[in-house]
Amino acid sequence: MSSKDRASVVVTGLGATTPLGGDVASTWSAMLAGTNGVRTITEDWVESVPVKIAAPAAVDPVEVVGRVHARRMDRNEQFALVAAREAWADAGAPEVDPFRLGVAVTSGIGGIGSTLTAYDTLRDRGWNRISPYTVPMLMPNGAAGWISIEFKARAGAHALVSACASGAESIGYGIDMIRSGRADVVIAGGAEAAIMALNIGAFAAMRAMSTRNDDPEHASRPFDKGRDGFVLGEGAGIVILESREHALARGARIYAVAAGAGYSADAYHISHGLPDGSGVRYAIDAAIQDAGITLEQVAHINAHATSTPEGDPLEATAIADAFGDAASGVVVSSTKSMTGHLLGGSGAVESVAAIMALVDRVAPPTINLDDLDEAVTLDIATKARSLAPRTEAPMAALNNAFGFGGHNVTLAFTEYVPGEEA
Amino acid sequence: MTDQEILAGIAEIIDEVAGVPADEVTAEKNFVEDLDIDSLSMVEIAVAAQDKFGVEIPDEQLKDLKTVQDVMNFVSKNQ
Repeated sequence: MSSKDRASVVVTGLGATTPLGGDVASTWSAMLAGTNGVRTITEDWVESVPVKIAAPAAVDPVEVVGRVHARRMDRNEQFALVAAREAWADAGAPEVDPFRLGVAVTSGIGGIGSTLTAYDTLRDRGWNRISPYTVPMLMPNGAAGWISIEFKARAGAHALVSACASGAESIGYGIDMIRSGRADVVIAGGAEAAIMALNIGAFAAMRAMSTRNDDPEHASRPFDKGRDGFVLGEGAGIVILESREHALARGARIYAVAAGAGYSADAYHISHGLPDGSGVRYAIDAAIQDAGITLEQVAHINAHATSTPEGDPLEATAIADAFGDAASGVVVSSTKSMTGHLLGGSGAVESVAAIMALVDRVAPPTINLDDLDEAVTLDIATKARSLAPRTEAPMAALNNAFGFGGHNVTLAFTEYVPGEEA
Repeated sequence: MTDQEILAGIAEIIDEVAGVPADEVTAEKNFVEDLDIDSLSMVEIAVAAQDKFGVEIPDEQLKDLKTVQDVMNFVSKNQ
């Protein structure tokens, strides 16, 4: 099927709950203002791990979903539901046949907090005291299930697990559900709630995390020479994807076109990226091709850049290789400098940011970038920066997301121009 | 323990597990039809009732406890 024949997919709703705010508006304005979301954590387990900083969600999801609902849902599922409700309302609560409404939402890790709590209960009080809701709380597809129930989505509820690429991969899958004719509307995104001792200890054992414990405000510093690892964040991002035809028929407000997705696998190492960046580059090339856009249309990239010594220059090299001479006109940002790394939620929250960047024509800053790594030749925004189209064609923004296991995903969004495809 | 005390104890458990306000929990209420309590929450209620009233509710009897009154009867008979 050529790109001209298949259904065009647009974004008609956005939702997010992040370390910067409990919704899209507060998150996005905090991003543009360069707000740091990282702080010292004080949980009783903090002495057991070498990392004492994180980026907790700004709004406790229990406050939003309510106590009774919350005791049946893992925290990642609560985040996902909060963001899905916002996105659904933002899209105008579309009327859609349940069998034409799909879900593609996951977390990278699953309900690890519920797993740990249940294990403590098993050990201390016996199996009979474990919550009967434990299995639905620990399964990584729990969020997809809860969201399908809430919105009566019966076209299929999917959980695409690919570690830190999960949120972006879910959006890519949602685009495919509409293109292939399985759905008219898809609730897509990712969530994570993993700020706890086991995860921090495990990531620290890989030497992947920042230990800048005495300076949390400056700990997440993608592309900076002084970076020493990522900072763990939590939250969720959700987008409402819709066929252009369905959106136009109901007079929906259209944020952007979800123009395409590109994927690759490094097939190299379970946690190290392929050093020459060719895996990432392949995903970028594939997304550009899938979206049917030119490199010159791309004005902005929300990079995966997590602030690890190894990952950031690898991605920068891949972007530089993919864009060649066209790289000089691309404004690159890493919003993880402010939110920390939301793991399975990151690709979704950063897609929301990339879409808002197109809508407002402004790239968010990469904070804490004081001393650019020499290996990085890209134009990284350190302050919020206006975006302008470089060609006659609609402006595009990319979101990169990569995950342990060698997963690479690039999503391409373009400005929606009313009537231009009609 | 009086019927009133047992009812108050059950109402407290149901409020905790399912968020149903205590004044809505009356003897004739059916767990599924009136209080919207599913089988997983029913297990939670049974375990909490065991702790609160010191009675063991076997799984094969749990499915026969359809109303608040059924639980009250079971507790007063087995306490």
